[in-house]
Amino acid sequence: MAARKVWAVLQQRGGELNRQSRETVAAAQELASQVDAAVDVVVLGAGGRPLADRLAGEMAVERVLCGDHPALETYTPGAYVAALAPAIRQQAPSYVLFPHTYQSMEYFPRLAQQVDGAIVPAVAGFRLAEGTVLWTRPVLGGKLQADVRVKSASGSPVLASIQPGAIAADRLRAGSGAVEALPLDGLAGFVPDREILGIESAAKDEVDLSKAEIIVAAGRGVGGADKMGVIEELARALGAEIGASRPVIDNGWLARDRQIGSSGQTVAPKLYIAAGISGAIQHLVGMKGAACIVAINKDPNAPIFAVARYGIVGDLHEVLPALTAAVKEAKGS
Amino acid sequence: MRIAVCIKQVPDTEARLRVRPDGSWIVEEDLPFVINESDEYALEEGIALAEKAGGEVVVFTIGPARAAEALRKALALGAARAVHLSHAAFQGGDPISNGRALAAAVAREQCDLVFTGSQSDDLGYGATGSVLAAALGWPHAWLVMGFALEEGGRSCRVVREMESGKNELLRLQLPAVIEVQAGINHPRYASLKGIMAAKKKPLSEASPEDLGLDPRAVGKEGAAVELVAVRSPQSGAGAQILPGDAATAAKALVEKLRNEVRIL
Ligand SMILES: Cc1cc2nc3c(=O)[nH]c(=O)nc-3n(C[C@H](O)[C@H](O)[C@H](O)COP(=O)(O)OP(=O)(O)OC[C@H]3O[C@@H](n4cnc5c(N)ncnc54)[C@H](O)[C@@H]3O)c2cc1C
Ligand SMILES: Nc1ncnc2c1ncn2[C@@H]1O[C@H](COP(=O)(O)O)[C@@H](O)[C@H]1O
Repeated sequence: MAARKVWAVLQQRGGELNRQSRETVAAAQELASQVDAAVDVVVLGAGGRPLADRLAGEMAVERVLCGDHPALETYTPGAYVAALAPAIRQQAPSYVLFPHTYQSMEYFPRLAQQVDGAIVPAVAGFRLAEGTVLWTRPVLGGKLQADVRVKSASGSPVLASIQPGAIAADRLRAGSGAVEALPLDGLAGFVPDREILGIESAAKDEVDLSKAEIIVAAGRGVGGADKMGVIEELARALGAEIGASRPVIDNGWLARDRQIGSSGQTVAPKLYIAAGISGAIQHLVGMKGAACIVAINKDPNAPIFAVARYGIVGDLHEVLPALTAAVKEAKGS
Repeated sequence: MRIAVCIKQVPDTEARLRVRPDGSWIVEEDLPFVINESDEYALEEGIALAEKAGGEVVVFTIGPARAAEALRKALALGAARAVHLSHAAFQGGDPISNGRALAAAVAREQCDLVFTGSQSDDLGYGATGSVLAAALGWPHAWLVMGFALEEGGRSCRVVREMESGKNELLRLQLPAVIEVQAGINHPRYASLKGIMAAKKKPLSEASPEDLGLDPRAVGKEGAAVELVAVRSPQSGAGAQILPGDAATAAKALVEKLRNEVRIL
């Protein structure tokens, strides 16, 4: 048995694993093979034993640690931190991996502070270099990638969240492990840190962009509510729906229900024209399933060009009217 | 009520970035710097609350001398005072060391509520506010898209953004740390009067000793992680760039869409 441990703390709701959780286990297995460690999977919930049993029959891990407690019925950062902090202190995993979701991101930095750990969010990849793990993560809106490492002197645990797609879920090695109860000493006398009042839709109206064949998407580069005409005209000529990146919505140039990305809609049209959008990861997760992506951007190094099939480098206020004219001409109208 | 707002000065997202020859970070000389986007929303939330519920906003930043400009802007927008953690020992930190330093600064000013942004546009950890909350032992919420005081200021109602267009409604007891997401409100612009008034508002600097902190526990030395190198991302296959002026490129694109993508 390897002395070092890599933990993968999974995300579940109602006994169903979040999509990214399998990728996180795959990442933990990959990391464990690089640093010669054993993998434990951790699931938190109330009545989570059936899920833990199922996972233990599916994955090549040493243990499935099942944290089963009424206070863990629905996620709250307070309960999750109270459950995990003592367990991490006692069992001293060297690495604790989380799926990079809004839920993990809300509580794992707090957990890291409690266990004197290091925080490495949004990991796109990792590799061993000169005996230490180098973690690759996006910085500056995805325009650059950084390698970070935990300072050598610290023996503290590394808490890292794994970006969707960083490692494919099908890399997960099948096998089995043993189910064990996670000691939950920390939840004795636990006082909730929040009251959950409900869930609502973020947008007032609901435009469903998921069925659109063509989407013309506006980014901050459009420059203002009064400058959206070039987007509307191209959309009209193409018979397309209009979508947008977050700042366009935040600035009030379009309604919230047109937002595409991790907080908005996920779309997969035949054609996606991104105008004045830089290509931050939170936007890309919402549209990279498009069959053909066209990027129009004045910055030749914008990350959007990496996922696009065709690109035009230039001012969208010149390119879009020219494109509208060319489309109209091609359609013979 | 004394409201703390933590703001970070970051490179303008519009700026052309150049990696330093040694790959350690970007060239910062001549870069335009601005207040981090979600922090502008955090600042608006704090100032609007102070106006409505009574009280004052104290802004905090960790950063080099240039970051004083961000604080002055916050004062022009309506903050009452600013605290600049400008000492060399504070610089180059990560969420662990910055959260620790900000917590000590907020505690010294005896604030009742903290607003931060959700994520910095440069390092993008999305973690500093949560660490600050943990260090103070206060509850926190991340990606806040709605905020209102309740029960005469003993608690607050919070709207937390979830994935895929859903929001969760929460109640938190005060004091708390509210990590604001971009889009929560409509940040105001500074007025000429505000800019003039800001010149006379107090802006103080603090050293680790002032905050009762070991200089080795903050900044680069106190950080748990260190940046090794930055580089341009490896860009998959990459786009086929259509050359020429706008009209030429547009025509070429329509040809491609018609003949290769078969969509027109
Ligand atoms: C938790 C979280 C959730 C998020 N959720 C989402 C989400 O659901 N959807 C989303 O989109 N974002 C989301 N974001 C924000 C995301 O990180 C980026 O900030 C955002 O996608 C950037 O939008 P943008 O590309 O329009 O703006 P910018 O990054 O500012 O890019 C503008 C681009 O326009 C170009 N440009 C400027 N002028 C012109 C011109 N005249 N002609 C051509 N090009 C021009 C520039 O070169 C630049 O590349 C989220 C962030 C967080 C932290
Ligand atoms: N150097 C800093 N000075 C003041 N506040 C900061 C600093 N760094 C981060 N913050 C705050 O913490 C939030 C999250 O930052 P980060 O963890 O870097 O993504 C930011 O939006 C700021 O409100």
